[in-house]
Amino acid sequence: MTFFKAEGLGVNFGGVRALDGVSFEVEPEQVFTIIGPNGAGKTTIFNLVSRIYDPSHGRLVFCDEDITRLPAHEIAPRGIARTFQNIELFEHATVLDNLLLGRHAHKRSRFVEELFFLPRVRALEMEHREAAEKVIDFLDLQPYRDRLIANLPYGVRKVVELARALCTQPKLLLLDEPSSGLSVEETEDMAFWIQDIRTLLHITVLMVEHDMSLVSAVSDQVLALNYGRTITQGTAREVQEHPEVVKAYLGG
Amino acid sequence: MGGESLDIVLQLVLNGLAVGCIYGLVALGFVLIYKATELVNFAQGDLMMLGAFTCYMLVVWYGLGYWVAFAGAVAVVGLFGAALDAGVLRRVLGQPQFAVVMLTIGLAAVFRSFASIVWGTEIYTLPTPFSAHTTRIAGVSVSHEYVSIIVGTVILCAVLYAFFTYTKVGVAMQAVSQNQLAAYYMGIPVKLMCSLIWAISAGVAAIAGVLLAPVSLVDINLGFIGLKAFAAAVLGGFGSIPGALVGGLTIGLIELFSGAYLPAGFKDVAAYLVLLIVLAVRPQGIFGAVGRKKV
Amino acid sequence: MRFLFKTSYAQDLTLFTDGVQRNWYAALLGALFLLPWLVPAYLVDISLVLIYGLCGLSLMALAGYTGLVSLGHAAFLGIGAYAHVYFTQDLGLPWIVSVVLAVALTSATGVLVGLPALRMTGVYLTIATLAFALIIQEVFTRWDHVTHGLKGRPVDKPVIFGLSFASDTAFYFLCLAFLIAGLWITRNLLRSPTGRAWIAIRDSEIAAQSMGVNLAAYKTMAFSYSAAVMGLAGALFAHKIGFLAPDIFSVLLSIQFLLMVVVGGLGSLHGALFGAVFVAFLPVVISQARDSVPAWVGSVTALLGHDVSSAVFRAADRFVKQPGLEPGIFGLILVLFILFEPLGIYGRWVKLKVYFSTFPLYKQATFKRQRAYMRSERLR
Repeated sequence: MTFFKAEGLGVNFGGVRALDGVSFEVEPEQVFTIIGPNGAGKTTIFNLVSRIYDPSHGRLVFCDEDITRLPAHEIAPRGIARTFQNIELFEHATVLDNLLLGRHAHKRSRFVEELFFLPRVRALEMEHREAAEKVIDFLDLQPYRDRLIANLPYGVRKVVELARALCTQPKLLLLDEPSSGLSVEETEDMAFWIQDIRTLLHITVLMVEHDMSLVSAVSDQVLALNYGRTITQGTAREVQEHPEVVKAYLGG
Repeated sequence: MGGESLDIVLQLVLNGLAVGCIYGLVALGFVLIYKATELVNFAQGDLMMLGAFTCYMLVVWYGLGYWVAFAGAVAVVGLFGAALDAGVLRRVLGQPQFAVVMLTIGLAAVFRSFASIVWGTEIYTLPTPFSAHTTRIAGVSVSHEYVSIIVGTVILCAVLYAFFTYTKVGVAMQAVSQNQLAAYYMGIPVKLMCSLIWAISAGVAAIAGVLLAPVSLVDINLGFIGLKAFAAAVLGGFGSIPGALVGGLTIGLIELFSGAYLPAGFKDVAAYLVLLIVLAVRPQGIFGAVGRKKV
Repeated sequence: MRFLFKTSYAQDLTLFTDGVQRNWYAALLGALFLLPWLVPAYLVDISLVLIYGLCGLSLMALAGYTGLVSLGHAAFLGIGAYAHVYFTQDLGLPWIVSVVLAVALTSATGVLVGLPALRMTGVYLTIATLAFALIIQEVFTRWDHVTHGLKGRPVDKPVIFGLSFASDTAFYFLCLAFLIAGLWITRNLLRSPTGRAWIAIRDSEIAAQSMGVNLAAYKTMAFSYSAAVMGLAGALFAHKIGFLAPDIFSVLLSIQFLLMVVVGGLGSLHGALFGAVFVAFLPVVISQARDSVPAWVGSVTALLGHDVSSAVFRAADRFVKQPGLEPGIFGLILVLFILFEPLGIYGRWVKLKVYFSTFPLYKQATFKRQRAYMRSERLR
């Protein structure tokens, strides 16, 4: 079974080719990282998978299903969750509400039942709460449970973003620059969490990252992009030593 | 028979264009403020009403000449617009957009009240150099008042176009609307820009009011034209200046023709129906562009 | 200071946070039950407050929680009112059936408005609802068969299951029952996944979509629920005012509803109720002030001599008797609230409670807004 495959992805914004013929495949329970200079098209790939953009060419396959043209809200129920580069949390809600929203993909109550808050709805709410609490325990968010997002520091918000994505119980997790804006200690924590997500929760991680130490520490496979095209793919060590990659980052 | 209906059609076209020019001018005011500060000013129609009343007051109560009163009304309302921005609008920057919409709705109600207190609720006529003059061109009775509206609009648009194309101010205003903090860092006098654009917008509204006064008479309900001008701005594309005018002219023509050829009641709601259709089918209007948030 | 110790997840799902709050609300309910015997003269006005409460609830669910600001809700009120009157008086249907049908019809209209609204954001949606309301007002004027056009149509008192609810007291309890039911149902929605999805739509549509929220479905649900509650309010409103005419359901009424929501405090049900009290009582306060302010001003300036004070009295009297003053006062209050108390009456209430509960350790900067710069909302 094909777990996740991108074939010949291409996106044009007006005259700009943001992506041009990018192909890669992700194996289950792998940590697959995409690197590249700014503007290389990395987040664009994520936006294609989340169905915020439509590709001009190519296709995306997840668990043997073609997801290239699905509506955006049908991606989460299929088991793909993502975090955003510039945190897209719900500012005026508490951390717990944000996490419970991550459970939306598993909503099984009906509107009419919710109008009267029938016992079935109450029971389902307890289930959602238990699932959210497991994620809170995993990421040590207990002190922040009832705080409004607007009052939280940046590092905590990034963790909440990750927690919300985990609440979806995904098979594939898309992390967009998980360490940007984090201090050294927070980045180390993030590295451990990513490894735990892969090993303990059996979730495949597809990551966009700039921090090379984090990339080397956790990645199984690395894909290097530049100007929307693939430069090379391999292990972290192989990619870092590839002459084209060095040229893309350092110029020359 | 054929000649008569052609006359009627031409008459409708002329009247429609004239009314459309007014809508276009008010819509222009909306778009100017929106482009610069991303606020939607629901009080635009009432600024127009204040302009018309001020001109009336200067002519009838203080006996000034028409052109002097015209300039005076524009200056007074323009300054008032700048003061409004400096005193009131500046305090709500950073609040969600609809809070500002509510603010301008409140202001509109206050202006209307103010006008009814100062000038009363009767309808007044503004004496102008072109009142009650008509010329017959090609069998169509062309009232000078309507011509004055069209000519006035054309002159004003030419002046504004030159202002925005050949000065740095226009670009600075765009910068202010997209990211105010960055504009501050670039040394743009953001507050001055905003007040300036409000002054221009209010002045344009005042001009529209004075031009419209001889045709529709001066009364406090003039402000409701603002709602129809919205339809014009949306039709043309809310961020587009030529769009505002094209939208205004289109709505003016649609209104006049639906009044003549469609059942009663359609004329009043024609503008709103157009608005709903445009928003449902092509929200960016004729000339507008849709942006997408970068995530 | 009172601390809340949470010992179970179920505690977070309850309607009241703790026993103390529950007791306060029980006392309030008791007071409301006794009201007909305490202030019988004002019962009719209070019934209007209850109906406005339902209206505020409806708009709060749509604008405060889902972020879809509508300037056309008076249209839904009118549709509910006219439909109910038509069903009971022209078609002779039983009261309950008629109300259910009116609610269903208004809800369906809400869906119709919601569908094109899916493609519009922010201010465009507000303008579209305004246009919708103006068109509906024209429909009310022209559709003689159902609405009797500008002639207007009188409304009979409600008769439910053969019992007449004509008395003020009976009608008051009817409105109270419906308001409490509406509050309970709305609260239920807001603590379940649907309510959370609505808040998500308000705060970040893109993130909501990535979590599996079907924007189109939930926005339409919000519109149809909001319209349904408004339809119910419309049926009661028709009985309250006794005579329907198209110019009642004007843009001014829609603005009053939005005023209710903004002044009350966005994003909370308490805000809707505070706002309803405010908007319903403001005209009463204004007319009382009309009578007493000139006399008061005159007596204050009596120190300056009789001529001055009587001149001032006459000027003040002329000023407050102006017909165009009321909308101006509404507008001024709206402006002042947005400038100085954007969190509304409920926000001020919360601030007061926090002050007293943390006294004397209250920090001045607890609610201070950060200096904010405008960022473009065009790129949404």
